[in-house]
Amino acid sequence: MNTGNCFHCGIEINKKEEIIYDEKSFCCNGCKTVYEIFSQNDLTCYYDFQASPGATPQDIQGKYDFLDNESIVTKLLEFQEDTTHIVSLYIPHIHCSSCIWILENLQKLQQGINTSQVNFPEKKVRITFNPEEISLKKIVELLCSIGYEPYISLENFDEGKKVIDRSLIYKIGVAFFCFGNIMLLSFPEYFEVEEYWINEYRGFFRWLIFAISLPAFFYSASGYYVSAYKSIKSGMLNIDIPIALGIVVMFIRSTVDIVFDYGQGFFDSMTGLIFFMLLGKLFQQKTYDFLSFERDYKSYFPIAITKILADGSETSVQVYDIQKGDRLLIRNQELIPVDGILISEKASIDYSFVTGEAVTIEKKSGDKIFAGGKQIGKVIEMEVLFSVSQSYLTQLWSNDVFQKKIDIKHKTVTDKISRYFTPALLGLAIISFLYWIFIDTNTAFNVFTAILIVACPCALALTAPFTLGNVLRILGKRKFYLKNAIVIEQLAKVDSIVFDKTGTITTNKKTAITYEGTPLNDFDLKLLNNALRGSNHPLSRRLYEFIPNQIKLIPTHFEEIIGKGIYAEIDGNTIKLGSSQFLKTMTENTHKKTKVHVEINGVYKGSYVFNNQYREGLEQLFLQLSKKYNLIILSGDNDGERKILEKMLPSTTKLVFNQKPEQKLEYIEELQKQGKNVMMIGDGLNDAGALAQSNIGISISENVNVFSPACDGILDASQFQKIGFFMNYSKKAMKTIFMSFGLSLAYNVVGLTYAVSGNLSPLVAAIIMPLSTITIVSFVTIMTNFYARNSQPATRNFQPATKNNPA
Amino acid sequence: MGVIYILITISIIVAVFFLYAFIRAVRSGQYDDDYTPSVRMLFDDELKIKSNKKPIQTIKEKQV
Repeated sequence: MNTGNCFHCGIEINKKEEIIYDEKSFCCNGCKTVYEIFSQNDLTCYYDFQASPGATPQDIQGKYDFLDNESIVTKLLEFQEDTTHIVSLYIPHIHCSSCIWILENLQKLQQGINTSQVNFPEKKVRITFNPEEISLKKIVELLCSIGYEPYISLENFDEGKKVIDRSLIYKIGVAFFCFGNIMLLSFPEYFEVEEYWINEYRGFFRWLIFAISLPAFFYSASGYYVSAYKSIKSGMLNIDIPIALGIVVMFIRSTVDIVFDYGQGFFDSMTGLIFFMLLGKLFQQKTYDFLSFERDYKSYFPIAITKILADGSETSVQVYDIQKGDRLLIRNQELIPVDGILISEKASIDYSFVTGEAVTIEKKSGDKIFAGGKQIGKVIEMEVLFSVSQSYLTQLWSNDVFQKKIDIKHKTVTDKISRYFTPALLGLAIISFLYWIFIDTNTAFNVFTAILIVACPCALALTAPFTLGNVLRILGKRKFYLKNAIVIEQLAKVDSIVFDKTGTITTNKKTAITYEGTPLNDFDLKLLNNALRGSNHPLSRRLYEFIPNQIKLIPTHFEEIIGKGIYAEIDGNTIKLGSSQFLKTMTENTHKKTKVHVEINGVYKGSYVFNNQYREGLEQLFLQLSKKYNLIILSGDNDGERKILEKMLPSTTKLVFNQKPEQKLEYIEELQKQGKNVMMIGDGLNDAGALAQSNIGISISENVNVFSPACDGILDASQFQKIGFFMNYSKKAMKTIFMSFGLSLAYNVVGLTYAVSGNLSPLVAAIIMPLSTITIVSFVTIMTNFYARNSQPATRNFQPATKNNPA
Repeated sequence: MGVIYILITISIIVAVFFLYAFIRAVRSGQYDDDYTPSVRMLFDDELKIKSNKKPIQTIKEKQV
């Protein structure tokens, strides 16, 4: 039989709650129901592809009522016609072949669904259905009932039709077509034999080659001309100038060669060069479809929310239409989209989206509640104070940082080199031209063009894309997902690292509490529980939740000494709780652990230990990083943990507390004004400004499929202690680039010696060009892999990282 | 030897046809998702074996 794990979702089963059905054990009714649905519909194949692939269906009562609203549904649909609607839904739970199978067999579960197709890398399912038989709301509810809840957010509402840019692929296709055919057709001429057969058809072959080269020259390479033109216009010499120049000169010279029957030209090398360089571009574009690096609050916010009308009836309203004074109904697990005032008696709000802290905050009637929180528990009512765009949190996005195009601020290493390379190359070409012109005008032109052709920095331009592309992939395998290759160059330049505290250097999983000392009996626990009830200290609240519920007793005396502890008297018993100083019993000095000591009726019982909530390996990481980087901790919390952090972290670490989101942004800006290259590591939405402002913003995430603010890279939280390695590795990558720059320059020198002396034959060019490309590509691939292996052992235990078990 | 003109022309036409086919395939979005189809093609067979068996058993249990 099963090994104590749920047959459906694989979570360990609590013995008391185990449900046996059809000889299989389930952890809860939800999982059982999903199994029932599947077995009734002959869909149990689901469990064959992967063991326990499912997720427990969540309670969604009323959550998708907004899908009754026609205008919202229209926005979500991809295609709309009388009897056919198409919708694409993002489902975070998609993680294995079973998921694909069940989602592509939806039509067996529900009449009216015609087809459904999964895009696994993007975690999306595209459903075609007949709106006369089934509504979108029904489909979404069906998906929820089988544990595949789609994620629909405000972002879906705003996004228009996505246009996928495939032009690079077309260009590569065309270039490869030209390259391949030209290579074949120029083969006879490589041997340069004066033979009747070759002489007969020479003209035909050459003009055919010329014709085939046209699409590559005009279409495939067009991006280089545009980029070169732009760079000249803006006065910055980038690598595309010599490339474009090389291609154009090659084309003109080859055409002249053919027209005047000087030779076969360099069309083969030209098309090959275009093809390889485009290939490099493609390789550099490693994208993670299932991640998004451009998220703002819209990805977190719901599309619509329930509004209570004056007559007490409920209706769903689009969040942008919420106005001041409206009354809203927020259900369990729903996000509060605007700032407002709580009307219901009590609410517990989880601000983990915003701050990274998972502990819920209690609010009472009349309290102000801020947008971005999630209501946990009962349904609450609130009155709106500000509309969406004016709320405290969303205002952050009106900052200029979010308007800027990030690309502009980076200057790539290749561009830097080409700043010297381009003038040097042109200088050499002109000098050789001047030298030869006194000897032979014809040769002078030949040499001039030959230099530009050979020195066309094909290998140089390929180095960075291939190195960085490979590094990007290696990092991705180690769960450090970067937005693009430029980030790696930036990473190598960083000199200051700023950490957010909550959720970044601490875990936001609930920390375990353990008890040490003489065991407490039920009576003691009852006393403790009642003493704690009155206290608002965070530790008291957590301890109160930890101790099982007890009969309510009213303390006869209650006193809270701030910063020390609680003194309470209940039914003649005295209870003292708090720090060791307060209890005066022990002089213990373990600052790394937070403890609450307990004394009942004057007898010391023991202490509750709040286990270290900092991420594993934090101390080592900071120690390692402090040797090379400025380290700063920027926290939105008060400085309650200053002492602990000071003890744990190297003394050079700067600690800054009480920072509002805008202040974090300004702090980073201030550092940059001092000439620092700042990397910000954060997690919540409140770090979004700082992440955008910093040179590199890395967002750390317990589950990469769950949302993280806009950033340059997403780091899986389990890899936190490897930050040092990643930083180091990025430097090694840059070193590799410089080494291979050297290598490609060597090739250029060899080629140039041919060119300067006027001996460049098309055959030599056709050999040197691909040879240098292959050398460079294999060199950088080997080096980057070597460094990755050498620097630190990789984590080999690849868990199905995408599976998000509800904890 | 005039046949060389015909042969080369044919070979170029064939190549152009393949280029056209490639571009059409890309345009239709075939290369946008290169993972799911590889999984999907393994499903159909599985389904046929299963569908005529009423008492549901999973592979895992059969092995036990």
